[in-house]
Amino acid sequence: MKMQIRHHLNDQLLMTYAAGNLPEAFGLVVATHISLCDDCRARLEAFEALGGAVIEADEGEDLGEEALARVMARLDVPVVVAPVVSPLGRRRKAVLPGPVAAYVGGDLDGVKWRSLGSGVRQAILPTSRNATARLLYIPAGQAVPDHGHRGTELTLVLRGAFRDATDRFGPGDLEIADEDLEHTPVAEAGEDCICLAATDAPLRFNALVPRLLQPLFRI
Amino acid sequence: MLLKPHTFAFADGRQPAPAYVAQANGYARGIFGVKEGETDWSAVMIAVRDAGDRAAFAQLFRHYAPRVKSYLMKSGANAALAEECAQDVMTTLWQKAAMFDAERASVSTWIFTIARNRMIDMIRRDRRPDPEPAPWDRESEPDQAEVYAAAEESRTLTAALADLPEKQRRLIQRAFYGDLSHSEIAAETGLPLGTIKSRIRLALDRLRARMSESQ
Repeated sequence: MKMQIRHHLNDQLLMTYAAGNLPEAFGLVVATHISLCDDCRARLEAFEALGGAVIEADEGEDLGEEALARVMARLDVPVVVAPVVSPLGRRRKAVLPGPVAAYVGGDLDGVKWRSLGSGVRQAILPTSRNATARLLYIPAGQAVPDHGHRGTELTLVLRGAFRDATDRFGPGDLEIADEDLEHTPVAEAGEDCICLAATDAPLRFNALVPRLLQPLFRI
Repeated sequence: MLLKPHTFAFADGRQPAPAYVAQANGYARGIFGVKEGETDWSAVMIAVRDAGDRAAFAQLFRHYAPRVKSYLMKSGANAALAEECAQDVMTTLWQKAAMFDAERASVSTWIFTIARNRMIDMIRRDRRPDPEPAPWDRESEPDQAEVYAAAEESRTLTAALADLPEKQRRLIQRAFYGDLSHSEIAAETGLPLGTIKSRIRLALDRLRARMSESQ
């Protein structure tokens, strides 16, 4: 089954990811979207080819005299090449794409959820702390508390769908929200919604109570 | 992972010499469209991959190791660290030669991705999650037309970059050296991404063709 993806990565995110300059949490969202989206995979390859062209065009910095000899001498040292993770790709019925599953250490049943109230749950994933990645579980028909952002928030739908003031987001769709967007994502009726989200600054909730809870939950 | 050995042969079924430069090989000029005097780096890399050719590896090293060192320095490494990492990158190139897929990427692109991953490790001290491999990457046999297309795209892109006005070229380079922040890139309207749009369209067409083959 091919997903009908309508909301994609923008050039800035793809280029920064290709250049290796996105914080890990954002990189996880980008890698997960690309795992689901062939168009963005092709665009990433083009940006990587641009990186290759940048390297090719460089005048270079001379290495020490002995550098080549030293590397040639290393070539015979046997190496254990680490096996590629999940060579067969995602298990057929898995909900979590490979990059997320690697952080969870399994599929959905391996996620250690914490309740945020009203049936909404989250699980922070172990990335470097310059940005935060989390899985969000929003019961069908339920709203995530109204919040604004100080930085950028990326939200990728893995299952179900949500709507906010801007549009509808279904499986594979990515919402890129900057600090101007105050939104109340609501999960569609029918199926519970599971999202992967990344933020580079704490979210700003508009109701008092969630704001008090913020330090507790690292939202 | 089951990596099928790549087979490489000319249209008439001949196997290439272990190491060769397109300049010296009329067949390669015909197949890869390499101009007189240009080195066909894909062919050199394939000699490393399929024949463990050390002379070919040394040739790649002389061309690419200084470029990798320069890339790492511009990304924030000091000369000593860049020198050490450039040697690691080239060693990785040898060790992972079996994974080189000429259909998918040019040598410069492949080296760039290895160098970039090393840069994230050693300079950014961060991690980079990788996408799942595309399903068709695990099965497809190399196709000479695709190898040609990938090499050709890469040459077009390198030429397009060289043809840009200095100011625009500098912007793209700075983006790849991590010299522009994400928000600077987002705000940077002068980034001449139009130059790679045709490359993106080509890549997309190739992916679609591979997808329909593997289904």
